[in-house]
Amino acid sequence: MGLLDQRFNNSNIIITTTEDLLNWARLSSLWGMQFGLACCAIEMMATGASHYDLDRFGTFFRGTPRQSDVMIVAGTVTLKMASRVKTLYDQMSEPRYVISMGSCSNCGGPYWEHGYHVLKGVDRVIPVDVYVPGCPPRPEALMEGLLKLQEKIRKESLTKKKSA
Amino acid sequence: MLTEFGRVLIFLIIGAAFVAIGMAFAWLLRPDRPYPSKLATYECGESPLGDTRLRFNVRFYVVALIFLIFDVEIVFLFPWATVYKSLGWFAFLEMVVFLVILLVGYAYVWRKGDLDWDKPAPLVPRYERGIGVKEARAVEEETTL
Repeated sequence: MGLLDQRFNNSNIIITTTEDLLNWARLSSLWGMQFGLACCAIEMMATGASHYDLDRFGTFFRGTPRQSDVMIVAGTVTLKMASRVKTLYDQMSEPRYVISMGSCSNCGGPYWEHGYHVLKGVDRVIPVDVYVPGCPPRPEALMEGLLKLQEKIRKESLTKKKSA
Repeated sequence: MLTEFGRVLIFLIIGAAFVAIGMAFAWLLRPDRPYPSKLATYECGESPLGDTRLRFNVRFYVVALIFLIFDVEIVFLFPWATVYKSLGWFAFLEMVVFLVILLVGYAYVWRKGDLDWDKPAPLVPRYERGIGVKEARAVEEETTL
Protein backbone atom coordinates (compact mmCIF):
# COMPACT_ATOMS: atom_id res chain seq x y z
CA MET A 1 0.00 0.00 0.00
CA GLY A 2 1.35 3.36 -0.96
CA LEU A 3 1.25 6.62 0.89
CA LEU A 4 -2.14 7.65 -0.49
CA ASP A 5 -3.62 4.46 -1.84
CA GLN A 6 -6.81 3.58 0.10
CA ARG A 7 -5.83 5.79 3.02
CA PHE A 8 -8.90 8.00 2.84
CA ASN A 9 -12.53 7.15 2.14
CA ASN A 10 -14.80 10.07 1.34
CA SER A 11 -12.77 13.23 1.15
CA ASN A 12 -11.14 15.03 -1.69
CA ILE A 13 -8.66 16.73 0.57
CA ILE A 14 -5.39 15.09 1.35
CA ILE A 15 -3.31 16.41 4.19
CA THR A 16 0.27 15.33 4.44
CA THR A 17 3.63 16.79 5.24
CA THR A 18 5.93 18.00 2.53
CA GLU A 19 8.52 15.56 3.74
CA ASP A 20 6.22 12.58 3.44
CA LEU A 21 5.16 13.66 -0.01
CA LEU A 22 8.74 14.16 -1.13
CA ASN A 23 9.94 10.88 0.31
CA TRP A 24 7.01 9.08 -1.21
CA ALA A 25 7.80 10.60 -4.61
CA ARG A 26 11.45 9.71 -4.30
CA LEU A 27 11.02 6.16 -3.10
CA SER A 28 8.33 5.39 -5.64
CA SER A 29 10.50 5.98 -8.66
CA LEU A 30 13.96 4.76 -7.88
CA TRP A 31 15.55 4.67 -11.27
CA GLY A 32 18.49 2.36 -11.34
CA MET A 33 21.69 2.82 -13.18
CA GLN A 34 22.18 0.35 -16.00
CA PHE A 35 25.46 -0.92 -14.79
CA GLY A 36 26.44 -4.53 -14.17
CA LEU A 37 29.88 -5.78 -13.31
CA ALA A 38 29.74 -9.56 -13.09
CA CYS A 39 27.41 -12.53 -12.64
CA CYS A 40 25.22 -10.56 -10.20
CA ALA A 41 24.30 -8.39 -13.16
CA ILE A 42 22.61 -11.42 -14.72
CA GLU A 43 20.39 -11.69 -11.65
CA MET A 44 19.82 -7.96 -11.79
CA MET A 45 18.70 -8.25 -15.42
CA ALA A 46 16.42 -11.13 -14.45
CA THR A 47 14.96 -8.94 -11.71
CA GLY A 48 14.33 -6.18 -14.23
CA ALA A 49 12.79 -8.54 -16.79
CA SER A 50 9.16 -9.55 -17.01
CA HIS A 51 9.20 -12.49 -14.60
CA TYR A 52 10.22 -10.48 -11.53
CA ASP A 53 9.30 -7.11 -13.00
CA LEU A 54 11.21 -4.51 -11.01
CA ASP A 55 9.04 -1.87 -12.67
CA ARG A 56 6.35 -2.69 -10.09
CA PHE A 57 8.44 -0.81 -7.54
CA GLY A 58 9.08 2.08 -9.88
CA THR A 59 12.57 0.93 -10.70
CA PHE A 60 13.76 0.71 -14.20
CA PHE A 61 17.19 1.18 -15.58
CA ARG A 62 18.59 4.28 -17.19
CA GLY A 63 21.65 4.50 -19.36
CA THR A 64 23.13 7.58 -17.74
CA PRO A 65 23.99 8.49 -14.15
CA ARG A 66 22.35 11.89 -14.60
CA GLN A 67 18.91 10.27 -14.69
CA SER A 68 19.52 7.60 -12.09
CA ASP A 69 18.68 7.63 -8.39
CA VAL A 70 20.08 4.31 -7.29
CA MET A 71 23.25 2.60 -8.31
CA ILE A 72 23.10 -1.16 -7.93
CA VAL A 73 26.70 -2.31 -7.75
CA ALA A 74 26.12 -5.77 -9.14
CA GLY A 75 29.27 -7.79 -9.10
CA THR A 76 32.97 -7.93 -8.48
CA VAL A 77 34.53 -4.51 -8.22
CA THR A 78 38.06 -4.84 -9.50
CA LEU A 79 40.62 -2.23 -8.52
CA LYS A 80 40.60 -0.93 -12.09
CA MET A 81 36.84 -0.57 -11.97
CA ALA A 82 36.82 1.03 -8.51
CA SER A 83 37.86 4.45 -9.77
CA ARG A 84 35.22 4.23 -12.50
CA VAL A 85 32.56 3.28 -9.98
CA LYS A 86 33.56 6.30 -7.92
CA THR A 87 33.36 8.56 -10.99
CA LEU A 88 29.95 7.19 -11.93
CA TYR A 89 28.68 7.70 -8.40
CA ASP A 90 30.00 11.25 -8.46
CA GLN A 91 28.19 11.93 -11.70
CA MET A 92 24.80 10.82 -10.40
CA SER A 93 22.43 13.59 -9.46
CA GLU A 94 21.37 13.86 -5.85
CA PRO A 95 19.59 12.40 -3.95
CA ARG A 96 21.45 9.25 -4.86
CA TYR A 97 21.57 5.84 -3.27
CA VAL A 98 23.74 2.78 -3.57
CA ILE A 99 22.76 -0.86 -3.24
CA SER A 100 25.69 -3.18 -2.94
CA MET A 101 24.58 -6.45 -4.50
CA GLY A 102 26.32 -9.72 -3.76
CA SER A 103 29.27 -10.82 -1.69
CA CYS A 104 31.89 -9.41 -4.04
CA SER A 105 30.77 -5.82 -3.77
CA ASN A 106 29.85 -6.26 -0.10
CA CYS A 107 33.25 -7.42 1.05
CA GLY A 108 35.27 -8.88 -1.81
CA GLY A 109 33.43 -12.21 -1.74
CA PRO A 110 35.51 -15.21 -2.80
CA TYR A 111 38.39 -12.85 -3.49
CA TRP A 112 38.50 -11.42 0.01
CA GLU A 113 41.87 -12.96 0.89
CA HIS A 114 43.85 -13.78 -2.23
CA GLY A 115 42.19 -11.60 -4.81
CA TYR A 116 45.04 -9.23 -5.61
CA HIS A 117 42.88 -7.32 -8.08
CA VAL A 118 39.58 -7.02 -6.22
CA LEU A 119 38.36 -4.18 -4.07
CA LYS A 120 37.40 -5.55 -0.66
CA GLY A 121 33.97 -4.03 -0.58
CA VAL A 122 32.60 -1.20 -2.67
CA ASP A 123 31.97 0.80 0.53
CA ARG A 124 35.67 1.64 0.46
CA VAL A 125 35.05 4.01 -2.46
CA ILE A 126 31.38 5.01 -2.25
CA PRO A 127 28.82 5.18 0.59
CA VAL A 128 26.51 2.17 0.52
CA ASP A 129 22.89 2.34 1.73
CA VAL A 130 21.82 -1.28 1.50
CA TYR A 131 23.86 -4.48 1.33
CA VAL A 132 22.26 -7.46 -0.36
CA PRO A 133 23.95 -10.72 0.62
CA GLY A 134 24.26 -13.69 -1.68
CA CYS A 135 26.55 -15.09 -4.31
CA PRO A 136 24.75 -14.10 -6.42
CA PRO A 137 21.59 -12.97 -4.60
CA ARG A 138 18.34 -14.23 -6.04
CA PRO A 139 16.04 -11.62 -7.65
CA GLU A 140 13.84 -11.80 -4.55
CA ALA A 141 16.81 -10.74 -2.45
CA LEU A 142 17.51 -7.77 -4.68
CA MET A 143 13.87 -6.74 -4.49
CA GLU A 144 14.08 -7.03 -0.70
CA GLY A 145 17.10 -4.74 -0.86
CA LEU A 146 15.15 -2.21 -2.86
CA LEU A 147 12.28 -2.35 -0.39
CA LYS A 148 14.73 -1.80 2.46
CA LEU A 149 16.07 1.21 0.61
CA GLN A 150 12.52 2.48 0.21
CA GLU A 151 12.02 2.12 3.95
CA LYS A 152 15.18 4.08 4.50
CA ILE A 153 14.07 6.86 2.17
CA ARG A 154 10.69 6.98 3.85
CA LYS A 155 12.44 8.05 7.06
CA GLU A 156 14.49 10.76 5.36
CA SER A 157 14.11 14.39 6.25
CA LEU A 158 14.59 17.69 4.50
CA THR A 159 16.05 19.31 7.57
CA LYS A 160 18.33 16.56 8.79
CA LYS A 161 21.46 15.75 6.88
CA LYS A 162 21.62 12.51 4.97
CA SER A 163 23.75 10.02 6.87
CA ALA A 164 25.69 8.68 3.90
CA MET B 1 -15.80 35.52 -27.45
CA LEU B 2 -12.79 33.30 -27.49
CA THR B 3 -11.48 32.58 -30.97
CA GLU B 4 -9.85 29.31 -31.95
CA PHE B 5 -6.44 30.92 -31.70
CA GLY B 6 -7.39 32.29 -28.29
CA ARG B 7 -7.68 28.71 -27.10
CA VAL B 8 -4.27 27.98 -28.58
CA LEU B 9 -2.90 30.96 -26.69
CA ILE B 10 -4.38 29.70 -23.42
CA PHE B 11 -2.89 26.31 -24.15
CA LEU B 12 0.52 27.90 -24.75
CA ILE B 13 0.32 29.92 -21.53
CA ILE B 14 -0.68 26.89 -19.47
CA GLY B 15 2.07 24.84 -21.10
CA ALA B 16 4.70 27.47 -20.33
CA ALA B 17 3.41 27.86 -16.77
CA PHE B 18 3.48 24.10 -16.26
CA VAL B 19 7.13 23.93 -17.21
CA ALA B 20 8.02 27.02 -15.19
CA ILE B 21 6.24 25.75 -12.06
CA GLY B 22 7.89 22.36 -12.41
CA MET B 23 11.33 23.91 -12.75
CA ALA B 24 10.65 26.24 -9.80
CA PHE B 25 9.64 23.34 -7.55
CA ALA B 26 12.68 21.33 -8.62
CA TRP B 27 14.85 24.32 -7.83
CA LEU B 28 13.26 24.61 -4.39
CA LEU B 29 13.50 20.96 -3.47
CA ARG B 30 16.61 19.55 -5.06
CA PRO B 31 19.91 19.26 -3.26
CA ASP B 32 22.42 21.51 -4.95
CA ARG B 33 25.96 20.43 -4.17
CA PRO B 34 28.03 20.68 -7.31
CA TYR B 35 31.69 19.71 -7.43
CA PRO B 36 34.06 19.21 -10.37
CA SER B 37 33.80 15.44 -10.56
CA LYS B 38 30.01 15.61 -10.52
CA LEU B 39 29.88 18.18 -13.27
CA ALA B 40 32.37 16.33 -15.44
CA THR B 41 31.23 15.05 -18.82
CA TYR B 42 29.77 11.55 -18.63
CA GLU B 43 31.86 9.12 -20.62
CA CYS B 44 30.86 5.82 -19.03
CA GLY B 45 33.04 6.41 -15.99
CA GLU B 46 36.19 7.15 -17.94
CA SER B 47 37.86 10.51 -17.68
CA PRO B 48 36.60 12.59 -20.57
CA LEU B 49 39.01 12.77 -23.49
CA GLY B 50 39.20 15.21 -26.35
CA ASP B 51 36.70 17.60 -27.79
CA THR B 52 33.02 16.90 -28.29
CA ARG B 53 33.13 18.64 -31.63
CA LEU B 54 33.77 16.03 -34.27
CA ARG B 55 34.26 16.25 -37.97
CA PHE B 56 31.85 14.20 -39.99
CA ASN B 57 32.68 12.81 -43.38
CA VAL B 58 31.39 15.13 -46.08
CA ARG B 59 29.70 12.14 -47.74
CA PHE B 60 27.06 12.24 -45.00
CA TYR B 61 26.04 15.60 -46.41
CA VAL B 62 25.28 14.20 -49.84
CA VAL B 63 23.37 11.26 -48.37
CA ALA B 64 21.37 13.59 -46.11
CA LEU B 65 20.55 15.82 -49.05
CA ILE B 66 19.35 12.91 -51.17
CA PHE B 67 17.32 11.61 -48.26
CA LEU B 68 15.73 15.00 -47.75
CA ILE B 69 14.68 15.27 -51.39
CA PHE B 70 12.97 11.90 -51.42
CA ASP B 71 11.52 12.49 -47.99
CA VAL B 72 9.84 15.62 -49.29
CA GLU B 73 8.64 13.62 -52.28
CA ILE B 74 6.88 11.21 -49.93
CA VAL B 75 5.41 14.12 -47.99
CA PHE B 76 3.93 15.47 -51.20
CA LEU B 77 2.68 12.05 -52.25
CA PHE B 78 0.59 11.47 -49.12
CA PRO B 79 -1.89 14.37 -49.42
CA TRP B 80 -2.00 13.78 -53.17
CA ALA B 81 -2.94 10.14 -52.65
CA THR B 82 -5.64 11.15 -50.14
CA VAL B 83 -7.50 13.43 -52.53
CA TYR B 84 -6.50 11.63 -55.73
CA LYS B 85 -9.96 10.32 -56.58
CA SER B 86 -11.55 13.74 -56.64
CA LEU B 87 -8.74 15.30 -58.68
CA GLY B 88 -8.58 12.88 -61.60
CA TRP B 89 -6.19 12.70 -64.52
CA PHE B 90 -4.77 16.18 -64.22
CA ALA B 91 -3.41 15.46 -60.75
CA PHE B 92 -2.02 12.17 -61.94
CA LEU B 93 -0.11 13.82 -64.78
CA GLU B 94 1.16 16.55 -62.49
CA MET B 95 2.50 13.99 -60.06
CA VAL B 96 4.10 12.02 -62.89
CA VAL B 97 5.91 15.17 -64.03
CA PHE B 98 7.05 15.80 -60.47
CA LEU B 99 8.28 12.23 -60.07
CA VAL B 100 10.07 12.32 -63.43
CA ILE B 101 11.93 15.47 -62.42
CA LEU B 102 13.04 13.78 -59.22
CA LEU B 103 13.90 10.59 -61.09
CA VAL B 104 16.20 12.56 -63.39
CA GLY B 105 17.98 13.80 -60.30
CA TYR B 106 18.07 10.27 -58.96
CA ALA B 107 19.63 8.98 -62.17
CA TYR B 108 22.18 11.76 -62.06
CA VAL B 109 23.14 10.94 -58.47
CA TRP B 110 23.35 7.27 -59.32
CA ARG B 111 25.50 7.87 -62.38
CA LYS B 112 27.77 10.17 -60.44
CA GLY B 113 28.37 7.43 -57.88
CA ASP B 114 27.07 9.33 -54.87
CA LEU B 115 25.02 6.33 -53.81
CA ASP B 116 28.16 4.19 -53.46
CA TRP B 117 29.59 4.59 -50.03
CA ASP B 118 32.93 3.02 -50.96
CA LYS B 119 34.84 4.90 -53.55
CA PRO B 120 37.82 2.71 -54.40
CA ALA B 121 39.23 4.97 -57.09
CA PRO B 122 39.38 8.58 -55.93
CA LEU B 123 39.14 11.17 -58.64
CA VAL B 124 42.57 12.73 -58.80
CA PRO B 125 42.59 16.18 -60.35
CA ARG B 126 44.65 16.20 -63.52
CA TYR B 127 46.92 19.09 -64.17
CA GLU B 128 49.67 19.83 -66.60
CA ARG B 129 53.24 19.69 -65.44
CA GLY B 130 54.74 23.12 -64.93
CA ILE B 131 58.04 22.19 -66.51
CA GLY B 132 59.10 19.15 -68.53
CA VAL B 133 61.29 16.30 -67.30
CA LYS B 134 64.27 17.58 -69.25
CA GLU B 135 64.07 21.02 -67.72
CA ALA B 136 63.64 19.57 -64.25
CA ARG B 137 66.79 17.47 -64.70
CA ALA B 138 68.66 20.55 -65.85
CA VAL B 139 67.62 22.50 -62.80
CA GLU B 140 68.63 19.57 -60.63
CA GLU B 141 72.07 19.38 -62.19
CA GLU B 142 72.57 23.09 -61.85
CA THR B 143 71.72 23.13 -58.17
CA THR B 144 73.69 20.03 -57.14
CA LEU B 145 77.41 20.53 -56.79
